[in-house]
Amino acid sequence: MQRSGRIAPVLRRAPGFVGSTLAIARKDTLIELRSRSVILSALSFAVLAITIFFFAWDPTAVASIDLAPGVLWVIFTFSGLLGLHRSFGVEQPTRAMDALLAAPVDREAIYLGKLIANLAFVILVQAISLPAVALLYNVPIGGYVWSLIGVVLLASVGLVAVGTLFSSMAVSTRLAELLLPLLALPFFVPVILPAAQATARLMNGRAVSEVSGYISILAAFDVVFLVVCTLLYPYTLEQ
Amino acid sequence: MTELSLQATDLVRDFGPRRAVDGVSLTLEAGDCLALFGPNGAGKTTLLRMLGGLLRPTSGSAAIEGIPLPGGAEVRARVGLVSHQTMLYDALTARENVEFSARMYGVPDVREAADEVLARLGAASFADVRVRSLSRGMQQRVSVARAIVHSPSILLADEPFTGLDAAGASALTGMLAGLRDSGATIIIVTHNLEEALALCTAAAIMREGRFVRLDRAPIPAREEYTALYRELSVDAA
Amino acid sequence: MKFSKLGVVAVLAVIGVYIRAIYFTPFDALQGPAQKILYVHAPSAWVGLYLAFGLVFITSVLYLWLKDPKLDRVASSSAEVGFVFTSVVLITGPLWAKPIWGAYWTWDARLTLTLFLWFIYAGYLILRGAIDDFEMRARFSAVLGILGALLVPFIHLSVYFFRTMHPMPVLLKPSAPSMPSDMVITLVSAFCALTLLYAWLLHERYLLATERDAALAGRS
Repeated sequence: MQRSGRIAPVLRRAPGFVGSTLAIARKDTLIELRSRSVILSALSFAVLAITIFFFAWDPTAVASIDLAPGVLWVIFTFSGLLGLHRSFGVEQPTRAMDALLAAPVDREAIYLGKLIANLAFVILVQAISLPAVALLYNVPIGGYVWSLIGVVLLASVGLVAVGTLFSSMAVSTRLAELLLPLLALPFFVPVILPAAQATARLMNGRAVSEVSGYISILAAFDVVFLVVCTLLYPYTLEQ
Repeated sequence: MTELSLQATDLVRDFGPRRAVDGVSLTLEAGDCLALFGPNGAGKTTLLRMLGGLLRPTSGSAAIEGIPLPGGAEVRARVGLVSHQTMLYDALTARENVEFSARMYGVPDVREAADEVLARLGAASFADVRVRSLSRGMQQRVSVARAIVHSPSILLADEPFTGLDAAGASALTGMLAGLRDSGATIIIVTHNLEEALALCTAAAIMREGRFVRLDRAPIPAREEYTALYRELSVDAA
Repeated sequence: MKFSKLGVVAVLAVIGVYIRAIYFTPFDALQGPAQKILYVHAPSAWVGLYLAFGLVFITSVLYLWLKDPKLDRVASSSAEVGFVFTSVVLITGPLWAKPIWGAYWTWDARLTLTLFLWFIYAGYLILRGAIDDFEMRARFSAVLGILGALLVPFIHLSVYFFRTMHPMPVLLKPSAPSMPSDMVITLVSAFCALTLLYAWLLHERYLLATERDAALAGRS
């Protein structure tokens, strides 16, 4: 049936899954790049952490290289939390989430799109803090760099997968800022523990084969929680 | 045969023990415009969210262009949503917001569709301004653009006149009339009797989850309606 | 306070077991009187970590599938009771560890798992407290219940890996491989008694939740 004055051909199918996921990721990234609020607070936090750990360090007791993994993972975790909080927060002020949910886009695409945007943000912070810490704490850059990057990425996917889901839940509750870290903490432990241990061993020159156990846990965590969180995400929306 | 644009039979929606919508039935054809009045808490927003495919009815049935609710993506593709909240991203420009919406609805030529709808709504001049810098009236214009870029056959407007000055309100009325004339079905929830009664082909008053009155064109005179509305609202308070 | 039949049986069983444990069960040769905390610690761990949380997991999955509010009430009741039992484990653990191992806390795999499960319970209860809407609260709780249960094997794994890389502290194993039959009887009875206690508390809490929900519904 022809209608007059229509703007675009009447479209009766939903947008492609991958396309809409990337569009959402792109939109979130664009918003963050424009406001830069979270990146700046994350980087300030990183500088603070690096400095404080350094000043709290007794050089006669511990080698600086032994501090580095701890500093790194503190930075990654807390800056990750900062980014996660904003992830669904950006949809709050003007109820933009309603428009997103009213569209035919798949719910899972919303979750994965935001996950990708959060991951991009976390990777940006890591790309800056990792060389900074290596430099300031005299960590020798060895052949392990690629394994280290692999460990960091695997862990980041796990943290962001769980964090994005909890961010979606926390934002609809009264105690949003408290709930996100509280809910996420137990879930972060099985990620950070292997990741920090693997980081420490790699920095101390151990072979990659020695940390393969840790890498397996991280990979298993990622697979399980990516799948489960994607499946559970629609249940965090109004039915 | 004109397919019914919207059909609802005994729609009910419960939130736990609370019944928000208590048996609403309605039929609308293409080009119909329903003004929905009622006191706060009457269930108007809940009804709209059900019709828009955002909420599942607890019981009862409804169909948008023949597709039964909840219907999922198929129903949502046909519906546009406007409210007193702009649902725009303040940090993005008007054009970026409308293009994003177009992408979310799978519109094929995102750039052209956005340009065209922004021009049609008189928003082309500030298309590349960040939404945060726009006035309330301009933002509402962009919000309507966002809502109709995918050519919905049903437009659900939940108190869209809120916060608009006289100029903004009459611009919005003009836009809605244009949409109605091009065959869209519109439901407007509003407290603004004057604007809505001038625009619409049907009017209903909702109270405690039910339609207590449903009139089709010609709608009774505004004074009668206003009196009726006040009486029913005072009753509810 | 009215006691149902189950309540009477449960309380009597608990009192009976602990009288037996204190007066009629021999001391452990190596650990002395402190070892008797085992009769509280181990059964509480069974109830709090496995029974209660297992029920939370099952009812969470069922709730997302069937949407029956009764399932949500069972889940939340089980979580509250489980939280209490898990707290008992966390209190009795260090109390026992100090005289035996010399330290209140070690990052022993089981204790650490218990600690994190306690955090998950706490998060679950705080989450529920932060949501007023019935339906959202039930849905979100169910999501957290499922995720929490899936987390358990991962905490096990990562702490296991962590511990096996470090030398184990020299310690006396809390549960001896072979116990005299008297102690076994007491232990098994304690398991049964605390399970009964859990069942009774769960039931009472469920009834309370049902009343409260009905009252809120009547009021709105």
